[in-house]
Amino acid sequence: MPGKTYVQTTINGEHVDFLCEPRQSLLECLRDEIGLTGTKEGCNDGNCGACTVNIDGRIVTSCLVLGVEAEGANIETIEGVADGSNLHPLQLAFLENAALQCGICTPGFIISSKALLEQNPNPTEHEIRFWLANNLCRCTGYDKIVRAVQDAAKRLQEA
Amino acid sequence: MKWIDFEKPNTVEDAVKLLSDSGGNARAMAGGTDLIVMLRVGHPRVNPDVVVDIKSIPELNELSYDANKGLTVGAAVECYKIYGDDNVNSHFSALNDSATLIGGTQIQGRASFGGNLCNAAPSGDSIPNMIAHRAVATITGPSGTREVPVEDICTGPGQTSIESDELLISINFPSNGAGFGANYIRFIPRNEMDIAVAGVGASVTIEDGKFTSARVSLASVAPTPLLVEEAGEALVGQPVSEGAIQKAADLAKAAAKPISDMRGTADYRKHLCDVLTRRALTTAVERAQGAS
Repeated sequence: MPGKTYVQTTINGEHVDFLCEPRQSLLECLRDEIGLTGTKEGCNDGNCGACTVNIDGRIVTSCLVLGVEAEGANIETIEGVADGSNLHPLQLAFLENAALQCGICTPGFIISSKALLEQNPNPTEHEIRFWLANNLCRCTGYDKIVRAVQDAAKRLQEA
Repeated sequence: MKWIDFEKPNTVEDAVKLLSDSGGNARAMAGGTDLIVMLRVGHPRVNPDVVVDIKSIPELNELSYDANKGLTVGAAVECYKIYGDDNVNSHFSALNDSATLIGGTQIQGRASFGGNLCNAAPSGDSIPNMIAHRAVATITGPSGTREVPVEDICTGPGQTSIESDELLISINFPSNGAGFGANYIRFIPRNEMDIAVAGVGASVTIEDGKFTSARVSLASVAPTPLLVEEAGEALVGQPVSEGAIQKAADLAKAAAKPISDMRGTADYRKHLCDVLTRRALTTAVERAQGAS
């Protein structure tokens, strides 16, 4: 059996190295090899967005990235969003607007929304819905999520 | 997922050698948004033992414009780079009709026009647009480099005229003169993240109120994306009018050879070819007149 590959990467600002088989997705590597289980598996084929992470400034579905492709990459996962015990304004807005119920989709929505607000601090409702089309939520009906992103945008601009 | 070997060559030469040494068991990977899914399900046709990541090869990341040579889009250039590119936005803005609607934001961070072409889905949203733009693919194999019009690449669902030891390097879009306009539209039940029930790419060039060239290409209504040459030819020499556009739409509808499946019946898809061709040509005309 061929061996594992040694991968060096940066996750949430910290150097992380791990061993993986070339067939393992980045999602599997995050959860099973590195122990960062905040990133969730939903559909495992790129449709639902639950496994969204940010790689080198672009959001991607980590189920459609091979772990070996993470060599040299700078990755942000949900574990890196809060500053210690201080929640990010997006996390607060999601809680206070009840933008989650079961919570499985939430890490993906937070990572996606964070990337949106970093490039577009004051998005319209249409822009939010279009940007988040690759994230599915079966609980909320999306309205509360959209309102939470709008609320977070306001908080970030006032901060 | 079964075991795969992963290779990441830095040159076209090394990539072609990896592909040709594998005896047909290797596959090039750009964004992997189709390939990784097919590997995971053990796809009956696309199930390589070796995955060759081509994203480190400079030529496959080229995105450049030259007034004489036109626009070159490397096979690995992700959709988000296309719609974020000043030259695309200035000279080939209709390519964004496809780049902004393939998958969602996350997919657009990985997926490429090159991969969309090599995946050869009848519904590939960038392919009719490339055909409408008269795009030409540059392909390199062990015996050299060849150039092939995009409409000659797809030969069946998931099948292409690119050999297993060849690599798609880039797609070249010839420069357009004044009076050029293009558009790609599709019909899907929701606004994003779905597969086209039918799609139409159209381009026109208008001089002095007459069509001097036109192209219509269809998605999801045949085993491959389809160039409907007669629809474009019917427009050439005609004054711009609703009647001329309707004639082209009728020809596109006649050329469609759709199947019935869960996304729509054959009759419904043929009807869509009429409506979408009319709309795509109308938008292309508006853009041509706005640009001239």
